[in-house]
Amino acid sequence: MKRCAMQGRTRNIYLIPYMLWIVLFVVAPIALIMYYSMFNIDGAWSLENYRRFFTPVYLSMTLRSFWYAILITGFALLIAYPTAYLLTKTEHKQLWLMLIILPSWINLLLKVYAFIGILGFYGPINSFLRIIGIGSRQILFTGFSFIFVAVYIFIPYMILPVFNALEELNPSLVDAARDLGASPWATFRRVIFPLTVSGVKAGCRAVFIPALSLFMITRLIAGNRVITLGTAIEQHFLVTQDWGMGSTIAVFLIIAMGLTMIMTENGKLVK
Amino acid sequence: MKKVMQMFITVVIAALGLMYLTFVLNSQQGYSGGNTLTVYNWGDYIDPELITKFQQETGIKIIYQTFDSNEAMLTKIAQGGTSFDVAIPSDYAISKMKEQGLLIPLDHCKIPNLKYIDPRFLDLPFDENNEYSAPYFWGTLGIIYNPEILEGMEFTSWNDLWDERLRNEILLYDSAREVIGMGLNSLHYSLNDTDIDHLMEAKRKLDALSPNIKAIVGDEVKMLLANEEAAIGVVWSGDASEIIGANDKLDYVIPDEGTNIWFDNIVIPAGAKNVEGAHLFINFMLDPENAAQNTEYVGYSTPNMKALEYLPEEITGDVRFYPGSDITDKFELYENLGKKMTAYYNELFLEFKMHRK
Amino acid sequence: MERLSSIYLVGVFIVLYAPIFYLVYYSFNSAGTMYSFEGFTFDWYREVFCDTRLFIILLNTIVIALLSSAISTVIGVLGALAITRVKTKRFRNALLTLNNVMIVSPDVIIGASFLVLFTMIGINLGFGSVLISHIAFSVPIVVLMVLPNLEEMSPTLIDAAQDLGASRWDVLTRVVIPYISPGIFAGFFMALTYSLDDFAVTFFVTGGGFSTLSVEIYSLARRGISLTINALSTLIFLVTLLLVLGYYIISKQGAKPGKAGVRE
Repeated sequence: MKRCAMQGRTRNIYLIPYMLWIVLFVVAPIALIMYYSMFNIDGAWSLENYRRFFTPVYLSMTLRSFWYAILITGFALLIAYPTAYLLTKTEHKQLWLMLIILPSWINLLLKVYAFIGILGFYGPINSFLRIIGIGSRQILFTGFSFIFVAVYIFIPYMILPVFNALEELNPSLVDAARDLGASPWATFRRVIFPLTVSGVKAGCRAVFIPALSLFMITRLIAGNRVITLGTAIEQHFLVTQDWGMGSTIAVFLIIAMGLTMIMTENGKLVK
Repeated sequence: MKKVMQMFITVVIAALGLMYLTFVLNSQQGYSGGNTLTVYNWGDYIDPELITKFQQETGIKIIYQTFDSNEAMLTKIAQGGTSFDVAIPSDYAISKMKEQGLLIPLDHCKIPNLKYIDPRFLDLPFDENNEYSAPYFWGTLGIIYNPEILEGMEFTSWNDLWDERLRNEILLYDSAREVIGMGLNSLHYSLNDTDIDHLMEAKRKLDALSPNIKAIVGDEVKMLLANEEAAIGVVWSGDASEIIGANDKLDYVIPDEGTNIWFDNIVIPAGAKNVEGAHLFINFMLDPENAAQNTEYVGYSTPNMKALEYLPEEITGDVRFYPGSDITDKFELYENLGKKMTAYYNELFLEFKMHRK
Repeated sequence: MERLSSIYLVGVFIVLYAPIFYLVYYSFNSAGTMYSFEGFTFDWYREVFCDTRLFIILLNTIVIALLSSAISTVIGVLGALAITRVKTKRFRNALLTLNNVMIVSPDVIIGASFLVLFTMIGINLGFGSVLISHIAFSVPIVVLMVLPNLEEMSPTLIDAAQDLGASRWDVLTRVVIPYISPGIFAGFFMALTYSLDDFAVTFFVTGGGFSTLSVEIYSLARRGISLTINALSTLIFLVTLLLVLGYYIISKQGAKPGKAGVRE
């Protein structure tokens, strides 16, 4: 692939503001976090925090966080993909897209409080269940409600990249597949989905990664029935003032994220 | 490219326009002037009319900032970078701030209204001789329950919570000291106990409580209880009075074994720019009429004895929120347990939370 | 099939807007709480207009959101461009991982570490520190939104443009950026969301009386969120809705034919 001599210089210019940002706001804080993680609660230099992490409490918390994050990402994708697909078929797709994002600009705490009311024992959902004869259920403070609200929060993050990827899709490819006799499902599986997979990956990253450190709705919606790494970090940083242990957990979160990135790498460079 | 540029330019112009508007409003309010007092307080923890009154009386402009937890406030003040003239932390936070040298001593000559405070609430262990702080509001930790749902059940002791009939009914605070303290109290130990054996015993007892616990939550507990989402909870008296105000079927009771008594006091953090103004403010809030007005707005219990004269009987006579000294003598303040013990309490609490499955 | 799709979309919208309607509904509640509706009142709306401090806070929030999103979009686009031009896979992975660190880090840590950073450098906390922090944590999501578009872009487009004599600048502004503009918009709106919603970071790095709506709302949680906030949020929602509709109608009037390859 021939490259002009100019390309080299172009790349350097693009890199500068971005690298500056990375050094100042990513490398420096990471360095800080790793630095803090080496201090135990007495302020002495020690790897005790790392030892504490490899105990059943924290390890099971890690596994549980991962599991919930995977569930949340999965459900978000399941709901977002068809939505994005159907959106591309509508007439005013940009408008509907904006309308989907709009609710995410209302403050999160307010929406969660609204959910507490909606999912509550005397809330509209349970009233509906009573009317149709199923009777009231305990919806709040369950794993289900936790995942539901988490998916609600992350839906726009998944819809946007998937929508963009679907928009780029050349419809004549779909037509060609149908003309050649492919069923709708086969068309999806072998034409549509593979061509939009970069959008799916971007969406999954935008959802899975923050879902690992959720902590506010673990308390508000799940009533602490669900404990994530984020919960522990917040506790350590604020309540115990044990920045050392909090930082250690953060280090592991970052490592986990790095591994996720490597495993879902696109592998495509600009050719 | 054109679309992108259009968007970019619109956004920047809109932002700059709004910035200008903010600047105009701020100077109108007098925020850019010199004579200001920065107050750092819990959200909605002061009657806004008192702020206006103070500004009118003294000509000092109040800049009001809020925080949502003692620890967050502590971190902000300890790091520096911005100054506060007055802050309103809780008792244990004050003792931490004292240790870290983050407080300026009060000049008692400038706050004569201190004499109106109930002597029970002065000279407490977390701030002897009130060297650094003046009481603002106080309260207790107790059990709030719905007698309608829990027909016939009486609650006089912490141990009543372990009753089997309360399966999946109880709401607890997401706070280690409250929950573990409750466990310790139920075993007749002090809630400042640092004996590992006692703590393990309390933890085991709390694990036995797990089936009865519906959820471990934060401030939303008020909404949940008033909404009858749960029938019973362990809350602070201030929250209880609000919940009861919203839903008068509920009742609040302080268990016999004793419980935590807490205080929110006014302090002057180190780095304050307007120490004179701070003292004026503290004295202003200690004025009995102002304190009474504040109490009516906020709804918590005032430590100001003279202020009680300005409050209606139905408030001051309510022993649930204004217990006499015979009862309060049994109460314990949270002692600062030191970093290691605090961490241990939190580990225990974390294990307790994870145990509930 | 058509019917099913419509029902599905409608369903999604209903769920998305359910909490919003709940909030709007209770903003008219005379009982002052969000659970028992007593009577209809405009009191809370009146309070919104009387509370100058709240209004200033609202303006602060919007200003920070708009500026930080705009600037972070620029940096993010440059960053995405930079990443795709990196040749070695390892370096690319490293950059991407670094990019995403902030998305995975809990806000508390970001807030605390920024606070330490700012005080070490000696920056005064206030509008500036909040703006910088918001730009900082919005950049990664812009990168994430723009990258897929960039990667899908066929390099033959660039070759063709250069063959036709386009300069570097032209290639960038007239080929690349238009192609990735959906990603740019997506990134911008995600950055807006991040900024409007942020509490922990803003809380830690603010000072000098500067506050945003999130900080105020979270601080109210201990005492109970006043319905004035509901009223304010309803107004914000209505204004944003009108802006979105208005922007859409205006852009439709200057309509251009659709993108090549997208069927009308």
